[in-house]
Amino acid sequence: MAKQSDKLLEVNNLHVSFKTHGGEVHAVRGVAFDIKQGETLAIVGESGCGKSVTSLAVMGLLPKPNGKIIDGSIRFKGTEMTTLTPKKMRRIQGVNVSMIFQDPMTALNPTLTIGSQLTEGIIHQKKVSRKEAHQKAIEMLHMVGLSNGEQRMKQYPYQFSGGMRQRIVIAMALICEPDLIIADEPTTALDVTIQAQILELFDHIQEETGVSMIMITHDLGVVAKTADRVAVMYAGKIVEMGSKRDIFYRAKHPYTQALLNAIVRVDIPADTLKPIEGAPPDLFAPPDGCAFCERCPFAMEVCQHVQPPTSMVDENHAVDCWLLDKRADTIRQKVEIL
Amino acid sequence: MLQFVCKRFLAMILTLWVIATLTFLLMHSIPGSPFNSMNGKVLSDAAVKNMESHYHIDQPLPIQYLIYLKSIATFTYGPSIKQPSQTVNDLLGRGFPVSFELGMWSLVVAVLSGVLLGVFAALKHNGLIDYIAMTVAVFGISIPNFVLATLLIQELAVHWRLLPAGTWQGLSYMIMPIIALATAPMAIIARLIRSSMLEVLTQDYIRTAQAKGLSPFLIVTKHALKNALLPVVTVLGTLAASILTGTFVIEKIFAIPGMGKYFVDSINSRDYPVIMGTTMFYSALLIVMLFLVDIAYGWLDPRIKINKEGR
Repeated sequence: MAKQSDKLLEVNNLHVSFKTHGGEVHAVRGVAFDIKQGETLAIVGESGCGKSVTSLAVMGLLPKPNGKIIDGSIRFKGTEMTTLTPKKMRRIQGVNVSMIFQDPMTALNPTLTIGSQLTEGIIHQKKVSRKEAHQKAIEMLHMVGLSNGEQRMKQYPYQFSGGMRQRIVIAMALICEPDLIIADEPTTALDVTIQAQILELFDHIQEETGVSMIMITHDLGVVAKTADRVAVMYAGKIVEMGSKRDIFYRAKHPYTQALLNAIVRVDIPADTLKPIEGAPPDLFAPPDGCAFCERCPFAMEVCQHVQPPTSMVDENHAVDCWLLDKRADTIRQKVEIL
Repeated sequence: MLQFVCKRFLAMILTLWVIATLTFLLMHSIPGSPFNSMNGKVLSDAAVKNMESHYHIDQPLPIQYLIYLKSIATFTYGPSIKQPSQTVNDLLGRGFPVSFELGMWSLVVAVLSGVLLGVFAALKHNGLIDYIAMTVAVFGISIPNFVLATLLIQELAVHWRLLPAGTWQGLSYMIMPIIALATAPMAIIARLIRSSMLEVLTQDYIRTAQAKGLSPFLIVTKHALKNALLPVVTVLGTLAASILTGTFVIEKIFAIPGMGKYFVDSINSRDYPVIMGTTMFYSALLIVMLFLVDIAYGWLDPRIKINKEGR
């Protein structure tokens, strides 16, 4: 209990579901993680694994009225967020937790000036004067590497390139000095060269402000560059979580291993890509057992019927896989010999 | 911007010239002349000849055309043939303020109530308010304004005796004509706003605004509405035109002394100067409206302004 104070965000047993025409999709099924001050947690996984939905749930931005948190808790600095009224939630959005979205081309309102979009949050939330907000916005633009702030403030989004817009979006997320930034695939829509610059910028910002980050991505390169800890998600669950080294060098879950195997490397000659065969399960009807077992080369009988328990490899490295069960030891040996 | 305005101004002049020419041709292709019957009296041949030479109607058409263009360019339409005591400018000066009042109020009411109805329908998508608003909109589009006008007179004026049935003497006289005239455009605007609002509300920048913790009111008014208004501005020009022509009928039904009355009467009696004056006036008004719509575009969407300047 004494440890709680150093945890900025604690998510426990989070379940999110969406009502759709085809029925209810159970998009997040019992996710748990926490983040300490100044730490970066990367959430990795393929499309549709629930990583974005998790972040939207934390932000309180699940699309209404279809998306719903059906179970679990999200505690931010000890405050339970799942039960907050929309009004109280808005006091946290942008001020304590802010978000950077995937596509900078569409994340900015095309009909409003950059200045107006940068300052509105701080004016509305912190009741500062327009002049102060203006100064602060120019400071922020400078911090994210945009010079000529005074002039930039009067310009419209279409007058900026994609990389510049993402910088503006980042400045917007920073302006109220939040404790936590959730970045949902912040570099996916950018050129590789710009990606590197933006990741560099995140490093710089974190050094300067000590902000915590959740980096949502499917790019393991981004993970390697930014993360302290990594959570690997599959079909609405975190299947493996550990430090960056744990995940890259000591991955235990077959899915994590398969992900790492699928990285294309130029230094190793390979004629073909090594994709993960098959497709993720249908979350309209989640499987009884391990969601990955259909695609898992090491799947055992038990995997099909019973959800794997969480096994701790060491204090910080958790894996949800039956292979780590004591009774599975011999089987794993056999498979590895094959 | 200046370059854009100048270009548009030249185009407006050209448009007016085309309209003037077409009007002239149509005007003279209708059989009959203003002197077929003069206030019920049949004129003698000599009197008709005199009159014709006075109004230059005995001249060949090309000459008449030139005289016609000159009077348009100098705004001197001269006196009405039927009511020689008043010039066309007198008629316009008296009729226009009334028509303008009716038309503008109708437009304002239509835009405000249409936008409001559309926004609420979109925010309560598939809710009760949405269904009510869209039912109102379908009725509004389907019922012609002259039917609505007579229904209003029958119910509100004759049956309930709440409002005066006609003429134009103050606020209570304006209510029914404005409702009759504004309902259809309101319905069109409400449907447009609803659909464009629904689309805008799913955009990423709305989610960005939500992530800043802005209030729903601010998000709708500042972020969504400005984008959702664009399609409405597009039809605003046509709507203004339909309200303008709607005033002819509505003025007739409610016995409102506006320009529409003179316009319709002048055509029936071949009162050439009045036809010319009212047509040119209406055309100019409409063209100016369309021009204002284009300006409004640039204000709503900064991307459009720059494009036009660049060209």
